[in-house]
Amino acid sequence: MSVLSFRDVSVRYGSHTVLKGVSLDVAEGQTVGLVGESGSGKSTMARAAVGLAPVTSGQILLNGHPVPGRGRERPVQMVFQDPYSSLDPRMTVGESIAEAMRDRLGKKARQAEIARLLALVHLDASRAGDLPSRLSGGQRQRVALARALAARPEVILADEITSALDVSVQGAVLNLVRDMRRDLGLSMLFISHNLAVVRYVADHVAVLYAGEIVEYGPTAQVLGAPRHEYTRTLIDAIPGPGRSAHTMTLKEQT
Amino acid sequence: MRASRVLLRPVGFAGFGLLAVVLFVAVFGPVLWGDRAAVVETGNLLDGPSAEHWIGTDNLGRDLFSRVLVAARLSIVLALAATAISMVLGIVLGAAPMLVGRRLGRLITAGVNVLVAFPGVLLVLFFAVIFGVGARGAALAVGLAGAPAFARLCHTLVAAVSERDYIAAARIAGVSKIRVLVRHVLPNIAEPLIVNATMAAGGVLLTFAGLSFLGLGVQAPDYDWGKLMQDGLNGIYVHPLAALGPGIAVVLAGLAFNLTGEAFAAAFGIGETSGRVRREAPATADREHAVAAPEPGAVLSVGDLRVTIPGAQNPIRAVRGVTFAVRDGEAVGVVGESGSGKSLTALAVARLIEQPIRVEADHLVFAGEDLMAGGDPESLRKRLGTSLAVVFQDPMTSFNPAHRVGPQLAEVSRFHQGLSRRAAFARAVDRLRAVKIREPERRARQYPFEFSGGMRQRAMIGMGLMGTPRLIIADEPTTALDVTVQRQVLELLAEVRRDTGAALLLISHDVSVVTDVCDRVLVMYAGRIVEELPAADLRTLARHPYTRALVAAVPDMETDLTRPLAVIPGLPVDPAHIPDGCAFAARCPLADDRCRAVEPPLLSSPAGDRVACHKAGQPLPADTVEVTA
Ligand SMILES: Nc1ncnc2c1ncn2[C@@H]1O[C@H](COP(=O)(O)OP(=O)(O)O)[C@@H](O)[C@H]1O
Ligand code: SF4
Ligand SMILES: [Mg+2]
Repeated sequence: MSVLSFRDVSVRYGSHTVLKGVSLDVAEGQTVGLVGESGSGKSTMARAAVGLAPVTSGQILLNGHPVPGRGRERPVQMVFQDPYSSLDPRMTVGESIAEAMRDRLGKKARQAEIARLLALVHLDASRAGDLPSRLSGGQRQRVALARALAARPEVILADEITSALDVSVQGAVLNLVRDMRRDLGLSMLFISHNLAVVRYVADHVAVLYAGEIVEYGPTAQVLGAPRHEYTRTLIDAIPGPGRSAHTMTLKEQT
Repeated sequence: MRASRVLLRPVGFAGFGLLAVVLFVAVFGPVLWGDRAAVVETGNLLDGPSAEHWIGTDNLGRDLFSRVLVAARLSIVLALAATAISMVLGIVLGAAPMLVGRRLGRLITAGVNVLVAFPGVLLVLFFAVIFGVGARGAALAVGLAGAPAFARLCHTLVAAVSERDYIAAARIAGVSKIRVLVRHVLPNIAEPLIVNATMAAGGVLLTFAGLSFLGLGVQAPDYDWGKLMQDGLNGIYVHPLAALGPGIAVVLAGLAFNLTGEAFAAAFGIGETSGRVRREAPATADREHAVAAPEPGAVLSVGDLRVTIPGAQNPIRAVRGVTFAVRDGEAVGVVGESGSGKSLTALAVARLIEQPIRVEADHLVFAGEDLMAGGDPESLRKRLGTSLAVVFQDPMTSFNPAHRVGPQLAEVSRFHQGLSRRAAFARAVDRLRAVKIREPERRARQYPFEFSGGMRQRAMIGMGLMGTPRLIIADEPTTALDVTVQRQVLELLAEVRRDTGAALLLISHDVSVVTDVCDRVLVMYAGRIVEELPAADLRTLARHPYTRALVAAVPDMETDLTRPLAVIPGLPVDPAHIPDGCAFAARCPLADDRCRAVEPPLLSSPAGDRVACHKAGQPLPADTVEVTA
């Protein structure tokens, strides 16, 4: 059964149509990767699902009903790309996390819950009193994830959450994303322009090109035997091993 | 922390000192000098300055100096009240667009913009007439007149903060708009608002004095500085001090507010550099390499390069003795985490580092030219300009946003090759074409912001090609770009090198990119080179534990999906506090006591590879512990 479902969604800013009738399902417990070049509309798709972008036509459904946009119940949560913009510099880690909690808890219960959430993202409970300025980029992204989890979401939208991180840290955050799915059974829309990263975390991939989904399928199939021309271009552009034909063109010289 | 920073500046010290005096007088003036200011001496009407009456007496023989001191309270209170009115109204109007609907919000913003365009004096007079003469009317008038400017400032600040992701996150979590405003927005715009209010208070003080001086403000028997000035005006030619005295008080108090505001602004401001730069004695203690001669046949030879940034407590040793060479036509990659000194190394080589950051080296030879030798920077840059090209991560910051792209490229040839304006522009167009920018004539006439990221990056490379470079230094040239665009830029670099035979120093945190493009790789950690090896060996034959961890941490299209990714535990070393021994020891699975005590030297193998590790090549424990990133 699909949890989050985009049905023929269009988003227009003025005369500029950013999403052109996009349909996509994220099934329960599934991680769907969303890839495409910048400006193709990846972020807009996620933002539309949480009411941050205006849906011109179409529907975004959660378990068959419109995604709630009012009240404390917010089962769709989003994590953003820039670790330096995603936490209020004046709020402690604990305050940021507590703000997203669904229920009002007593002080004791709240602290216990913060500690539980921090543990989920492999951070020490003592971090709750720290301001973001004392955290590294990777630690900030963990806190942002913990904040998203505090709302007890059914779906998490992760928009390029590792793109701004150093490679040494990116791996740890990716491991965490996989752990969370395994341990919590979360559904996730995982946006990235890095195909190797998507390959590592997603079971299905959608390829977005100029506001349209041009290819969708199981990750291994889409990346292993791409059918759309654009997907092939994307895959050919990846640096690294297995792409020896290109390595030749880059190194060939006088 | 902050307070001490404010006070330590001369401006802050003067401002706070003055403000303390002014506030003291305002609070205690009426108590201390109130009686004296009220004493009527019929024998001394309109006296000039004397030992008893420093700036004379008024038409009832009252001591003017005392009256100036006593007037401080009313003047300051009125100024603060008016400022408070401006600020509160400004915040309400400035924050309203965020709370109300889009349409109403736009209306408010437009209204505020119209009001801001009115001359302030006009508004003050307009409101003063409406509210009638007297202290209260004047305070309302000045307060209202100041509100639009505050509203606009507030609106700009709110809009900037609203863009931040944490605001979106709070909204997504169901936090109400009002709560978002109170908890997230206001605290984050408080600093600039307070700074502005402080400075505005100084201006308001002046405006008030003006109103009272015109007779629109404070009325007898009350008096503020403006009223005193008005009273003194009649005798200005006989007893100038009677009018000037209160005037000086206005100026001093205004100055007190302004200087304090300035000091706050400077202390809160980012990127503001303090004038006090400590100069440390040259750090010669820990050179480990014997002075090496420049490598023959190399287009670039760097010997024991050190870059030191003066810090508050410790100097930050960002690059700590780096030695390497780039041979003619060769592509050398530099990898490492952010903060490892990659970019500073590149900038130092290009001589783009300025005071107070210090660059030292045994030698820094480029194309047979000693870059460390004195000589004026002007001619050095001129000689470097055409033979050394530099490409940065974010070309938006390297292009001047206010100038069109073509002329910016042309500038290089006019400066370095003495071409005419027209010839230089023609070459710029030609170079844009060479870097595969479509319709180069039209594009050359556009501004940088009209270019996409990939196009800007190509234009930047085009700028490097205005001459004939022998070396291209590229610092994360593709990090901000998409894979497809990244591929195009890398291919362009490769092609340029094919055509010109230029060597390349490519800095990247992306191991895959470096392996694809480069012949040799330097791995940097904590300001040192810890390993050097052929790019082809990076994935399989690296011997330093850091290099191996770095390679394993990056997923590629062949990564084993059944296992967690390798991670490097712990955090990079703080360059202000570099530990003894091996800098990587705290994160290294092989570290032992020797590692923590003795820094491993960078040793060369017969094949020319280098590695700095006591246990180079030893197998890593199978299960690397995972700790926080
Ligand atoms: N608030 C907005 N107003 C106008 N245009 C926008 C806005 N947000 C996004 N866009 C445009 O929508 C397109 C898709 O953007 P985005 O969804 O951010 O793409 P991606 O995340 O794939 O990089 C871009 O052309 C962008 O300029
Ligand atoms: S010297 Fe010791 S601590 Fe440093 S990298 Fe080698 S084994 Fe690890
Ligand atoms: Mg995006």
